[in-house]
Amino acid sequence: MSNAQIEIQIIASLVAVACAIPGTFLVLRKMAMISDAISHSILPGIVVGFFITQDLNSPLLILLAALTGIITVVLVEYIQKTGLVKEDTAIGLVFPALFSIGVILIAKNANDVHLDVDAVLLGELAFAPFDRFLIGGIDVGPKSLWVVGTILLITISLLFLFFKELKVSTFDKGLAASLGFSPAIIHYGLMSVSSITTVGAFDAVGAILVVALMIAPAAAAYLLTTDLKKMLALAISFGIFSAIMGYWVAHWLDASISGSITTVLGLVFLLVYLFAPSKGIIAVMYREKQQRTEVSLLTFLLHLKNHDEVEERHVNHLSEHINWQKVQAKTVLDLATKNNMILIENNVVSLTKKGDEFTSKAIDYIITNEDAQIEDMKDDFFLFRG
Amino acid sequence: MDIIEYIQLVFTDYTLRTITLGTAILGAVTGMLGSFAVLRKQSLLGDAISHAALPGIAIAFLITGAKDSNTLLIGALISGLIGTFWIRGIVTKTHLKSDTALGLILSLFFGFGMLLLTFIQKQPNANQAGLDKYLFGQAATLVESDVWMMAIVTGICLIVMLTFWKEFKILLFDADYTKTLGFNTKFIDVLITTFIVLAIVLGLQTVGVVLMSAMLLAPAAAARQWTNSLSVMVFLAAIFGAFSGIFGTAISASQNNLSTGPVIVLVASVFVVFSFVFSPSRGLLFKQIRFIKNRRDLELHKTLAFMHQIAETHDNISHPHAIKLLNNFQGYTKNTLQKLVEKDYVQLRGNMWNLTEIGFDTAANLYTKQSTEDE
Repeated sequence: MSNAQIEIQIIASLVAVACAIPGTFLVLRKMAMISDAISHSILPGIVVGFFITQDLNSPLLILLAALTGIITVVLVEYIQKTGLVKEDTAIGLVFPALFSIGVILIAKNANDVHLDVDAVLLGELAFAPFDRFLIGGIDVGPKSLWVVGTILLITISLLFLFFKELKVSTFDKGLAASLGFSPAIIHYGLMSVSSITTVGAFDAVGAILVVALMIAPAAAAYLLTTDLKKMLALAISFGIFSAIMGYWVAHWLDASISGSITTVLGLVFLLVYLFAPSKGIIAVMYREKQQRTEVSLLTFLLHLKNHDEVEERHVNHLSEHINWQKVQAKTVLDLATKNNMILIENNVVSLTKKGDEFTSKAIDYIITNEDAQIEDMKDDFFLFRG
Repeated sequence: MDIIEYIQLVFTDYTLRTITLGTAILGAVTGMLGSFAVLRKQSLLGDAISHAALPGIAIAFLITGAKDSNTLLIGALISGLIGTFWIRGIVTKTHLKSDTALGLILSLFFGFGMLLLTFIQKQPNANQAGLDKYLFGQAATLVESDVWMMAIVTGICLIVMLTFWKEFKILLFDADYTKTLGFNTKFIDVLITTFIVLAIVLGLQTVGVVLMSAMLLAPAAAARQWTNSLSVMVFLAAIFGAFSGIFGTAISASQNNLSTGPVIVLVASVFVVFSFVFSPSRGLLFKQIRFIKNRRDLELHKTLAFMHQIAETHDNISHPHAIKLLNNFQGYTKNTLQKLVEKDYVQLRGNMWNLTEIGFDTAANLYTKQSTEDE
């Protein structure tokens, strides 16, 4: 590995961490799309800042662009408050307009600006190591490393200082307000950090892919845990893993680094989405199927309890008497037999003592409108689940 | 170039005619379908779909090697649909919220698309140039066959929309009721969504992936301000969209270095701002005027009620009182007093005022009956 390669990977990882922290809170506060809006609408800020400073890494430019991000948030909130359109429409109206202004500004001044829209959308990590930061003639590393590093440092110190406030206001705004933390300050603080991170990272990974780095690790982490600290840790590790893996994929394919980082993020999310232990799609589908079987079983047992007549309890008549739609009668019968709830003699089904007890209790719960209790009861009665 | 000259040019110049027609049709169809997206609270879906279409374009190119826009658009359509249904899967099957799902699919698909695009650019195949026009759109690359394609799709959209108008409308406003009526909601839902995806994909070449969502939203959001009726809204949105296209093309054609896509989006945004401010029933301007009017009305009533209270203590209601008396009551201004005089509720004599017969009656009934005569 050459020096430049190591530097690129370090920058990518730092960006990933810097994005994952605000990203986690954005996902939890249901404001993920705001990051998309910010990432687009900082473009005019960057262009104007570039006219003034002529340097993509200058702190002034970052502040100016971040200001545009905050203006976006304020504008969106203003439009929402007028009640003329729904919240998401407000977001969708504001950022394309600002982004268009940015694109036009770039196009009109194409001769003076060494800034093309592709670079803004994509960034180019591969060139990051060539732009060195010199202090008194001494090379202290790539500029973007310093920029991203500073932003990350600020983000982390803010996170440690205001962790409690952030946590409370994210999960219970009312409580936060009554405890004396101003939700508005925390909200705009988070928005400012997101804006600054987006601007700082846009140079490296491009405006749109910042969104991926913010949302995808946090979303994947959210599927795995419900503990905020664990979620942050997971999101950060997903981010770093994708950054480094993405670099090597890009190296191998000879393609855009930011594109491949996003693709790796996508694969990570896909894996988590499919296989997360309790919230993954497979686990959810399995649970849904189980519940469907168990509800059918309950219906079946209730039917048995209501009918003593032999013809009502004949195996062949089951499908007529109970509307089995999605669940096979056989599955339900097997489950009931396995759990010792029914007896089948000469193709006539009857409740066992245990089945009778279960059904009576279930009826009690249903009558008293406490259906949720049935779920707990299942643990006591069932040897095998559906 | 003056306007008349430009209009003549639109009819004579092939390129300009094609582009103007193309953007106008595109604006109309996206405005039409955008109304449904906005009312279904799926405004940002358009953003996600347009980004999600990018890998489809790249893959279609990788497989066929053709740069024919229709082939690429089929790729875009497929990947846009996959994105849409994945978003739906995430929202319904996991506890992730819709904004997260949208942001996820948008950025992940786009990133993957960019990976493929940069990968294609490194290929020795010289045919690859020009794929990046889908990022920001290049209306200048529109040819007549593209416009025909748009016109045909718009025609199909119209026919389907008119056929299923009742179903679309009822699903929009009361999904549960639709289900109980026995409509196949899933089918209608998929139908609307597919057409929204189709409209977005059509616009990619002209407006580009990044700005496409505004084409869908802005005309619809503007139209929403002028009406409460769905059919009028759809119609208005189509008009707004078409005019955004026409004006946008005109402005960008009259200047150098002005890409059409962003200009169209800005024109559409102007429509939105105008509608937000000047719409008679919902607009901010008239809302403010109504607000001020109501406040004045209230002040007038307050003054009148206060006068009534004083007058009540005397046997003779036309017994004069000093205007000074009203000073310790903040609802009183010279203006309101003058208004009351004009209405014959009050008589002024020098520094004294007294209620008239009519004024007393009105004041007595002020809060018991609804009066619409007052300002």
